Amino acid sequence: MRRWLDGLRELRQYPSAIGGMVLIVFLVALSVYTVIAIPYNQALELWRGGDEWNKHPVNAGPVWADRLLGGDKPETINVSGAEAPAREASFEGGRQVRMPLSFDYPYGDFPSEINLFLETQDTQREAFVRLSWQTPDGETIPLGGRRVAQQDRVSISQNRALEGRLGAPPHIALFADDPAAAEPNTVTGEYRLVVDAILFGEDASLEADLVVYGRVHGIAGTDHQRRDLMVALLWGTPVALAFGLLAAVGTTITTLIIAATGVWFGGLVDATIQRLTEVNIILPLLPILVMVGTLYSTSIWLMLGVVIALGIFSAGIKMYRAMLLPIRQAPYIEAARAYGASNTRIIMRYMIPRILPVLIPTFVTLIPTYVFLEASLAVLGLGDPILPTWGKVLNDAQVQSALYNGFYYWVVSPALLLMLTGLGFAMLGFALDRVFNPRLRTQ
Amino acid sequence: MTATAPARTGWLRDLRRIAVFTGKRLIALLLTVLVGVYMTIFIANMGGEVDDLRKIQIRSNVSEQVRADPAFFDLPSEERNELIETQVQREVERRRLDEPFLLRSVDYLQQAMVLDLGRAEEMHSDRGARDVYWIIVERLPATLLLFGTANLLVFFASVWAALWLSRRYGSVTDRSVIALAPSSAAPGWFYGIFLILIFAFLVPVLPPGGMVDIPPPESRWEYALSVMRHMILPVTAMFVSSIFISIYSWRTFFLIHSSEDYVEMARAKGLPSGLIERRYILRPTLSPIITSFALMLIGLWSGAIILEQVFNWPGLGTLLFQAIGHRDTPVIIGSVVIFAYLLAVTVFLLDILYAILDPRVRVGIEGDNR
Repeated sequence: MRRWLDGLRELRQYPSAIGGMVLIVFLVALSVYTVIAIPYNQALELWRGGDEWNKHPVNAGPVWADRLLGGDKPETINVSGAEAPAREASFEGGRQVRMPLSFDYPYGDFPSEINLFLETQDTQREAFVRLSWQTPDGETIPLGGRRVAQQDRVSISQNRALEGRLGAPPHIALFADDPAAAEPNTVTGEYRLVVDAILFGEDASLEADLVVYGRVHGIAGTDHQRRDLMVALLWGTPVALAFGLLAAVGTTITTLIIAATGVWFGGLVDATIQRLTEVNIILPLLPILVMVGTLYSTSIWLMLGVVIALGIFSAGIKMYRAMLLPIRQAPYIEAARAYGASNTRIIMRYMIPRILPVLIPTFVTLIPTYVFLEASLAVLGLGDPILPTWGKVLNDAQVQSALYNGFYYWVVSPALLLMLTGLGFAMLGFALDRVFNPRLRTQ
Repeated sequence: MTATAPARTGWLRDLRRIAVFTGKRLIALLLTVLVGVYMTIFIANMGGEVDDLRKIQIRSNVSEQVRADPAFFDLPSEERNELIETQVQREVERRRLDEPFLLRSVDYLQQAMVLDLGRAEEMHSDRGARDVYWIIVERLPATLLLFGTANLLVFFASVWAALWLSRRYGSVTDRSVIALAPSSAAPGWFYGIFLILIFAFLVPVLPPGGMVDIPPPESRWEYALSVMRHMILPVTAMFVSSIFISIYSWRTFFLIHSSEDYVEMARAKGLPSGLIERRYILRPTLSPIITSFALMLIGLWSGAIILEQVFNWPGLGTLLFQAIGHRDTPVIIGSVVIFAYLLAVTVFLLDILYAILDPRVRVGIEGDNR
């Protein structure tokens, strides 16, 4: 025990160890926060996508990145009709509702989309709405009318007729000073969308939500399915750490026990283990994982199992064997035998603890290897089907040609997190290596 | 060889030892590949469960054909079912699905071992062949070119830099290399993404992927030049991801060995440092150096898959990726078999090199230990 404490004390002298530990503590804290803030089931639900996200913009970058570069791209503006002062008038068999949805638009760039979400209740027939747009200059642009179903989405920005009339896509023309210009400027100020609805029914009611989609969103931005990347980036942390840690623990411990067993019993047991190791070295890990992922399932837990199973007889056995062979002859082992210790006891209590300190650095540096392995599988399209992970975000980005389309944030943020994880463990591992293996120490 | 001169006997004995050693290793490796490939086949067929899927697929295909064929429209349904039944039976027998899986798996194994990899289900080679063997062999040179270049570059650069650093250890350069070593935690494809981002999109000077320009240049020189231009980014990615760890471990290794007594003695004699490096440090450590080189090769074979995918390099990795997309089992198994063979060949070459480089193996002291 003293040896460990001394080692830890010595570790404080290495700046890289401190840096590594700070990174690891940060990642662990992030995981704990994530797991508490977004419970597992909710994360899966969110990542599945769908209606949940329909008020988020498509492929919006992070706000901070845009502001840092001096941009003034709009954020999403959500105007709810519930807060707007509605004017109502009743007539025989129905009601007439006038709902002004006003909002302030201070940005220097155009929104990416405009949608109006309508929900009617207790109507006997489909309601009818007529929309008009009022600019800060006081101009009024009629946007046409239509019948609406019980739950309906009026996509203003994709209204082809309107686009033809205005001479530019509506989400640009409605905000521009001169829609016909090659590079129009936005007009800032208060805009208003007036919803005039005719509802058929005494108790009929209308809810309207105007969403003016921005081009930037939150800290992490959104992807092609409007999902907030923050969910995946946050949840990627515990998944990556758990996968890396479990795989590293699983492979190191089993390998160590098997190597020690082989060395202790020698003879046929040792020979069998050696031959199995050789077979295993020839089996290529990644192609096998790819095969398993293709043919069986891409569940992250199955992958973890296969990684551990293939890692049991890994090349490490040869190294541990070389370390354990001299220990087998050590006098204290002889003493243990003399007092009648069982084989298991000698292996588990006397041989393995002896080389554990040497293995700690290897173990720590192994973790990022497996974190990247999981990411690699995901980049190949063999990521876990339901869990959000960093690798899957990278894969989505690759499939959607994010770099080609200029969505750099989509690639950079998961890559940065992967890099931080890798660096954290590697820096700590290298420092540990110098502490626990004094022969390698430089000075 | 009883009556020959002693020197000659020694030479012959060496040769015979190497031959016996090589033979033993070759047999052991063949057995190893055999077991490895068999396991691959077993996994790829889900221990025989894929057969049921195949049978279902045959049935649905046959019934589809029979139903769509106007010649059988007039048949009463009973006769038609009978027809389907016999055709399914014929197809099952043709593919030998009626035999037990274990029996067939041995056949598959035999075919895989002689590299008769069968025919692809969906994919075909650029020349249009459906043979898995040709599909793979066509892609092999691209992989070898890319990974051979990168590996040799990393290997020689790191050994050279490590020797240079081991003479100046404690210096600023030395310490910065140590500080940079953790950067190798990330694999090559990871750096590849950043390199593509910077050099192909932010500052578009290099192509983001592929192997040659489209359309390929006519003249041979321009073709080679174009391939080289496309190689810069992936080779840099691999280089960056493994150079620092490589230098770091070699440097530690050389430091340990340059404090050996015989090196100190050579220094005391006043030998030039170049000679000390060549004769006293490099020569005795040659076999570990070769081992690590071979191990690096092994490691990079499988790392290739994703790097190629990221750079859209038309090699084995991209092939495997496409095969996954098509769920083309024969191609996937074929690739794994080829990978296994490549690894085995690497290990075998390593063994022979050992025997040549390490006199102890030749004389037979260490020979039995392996």
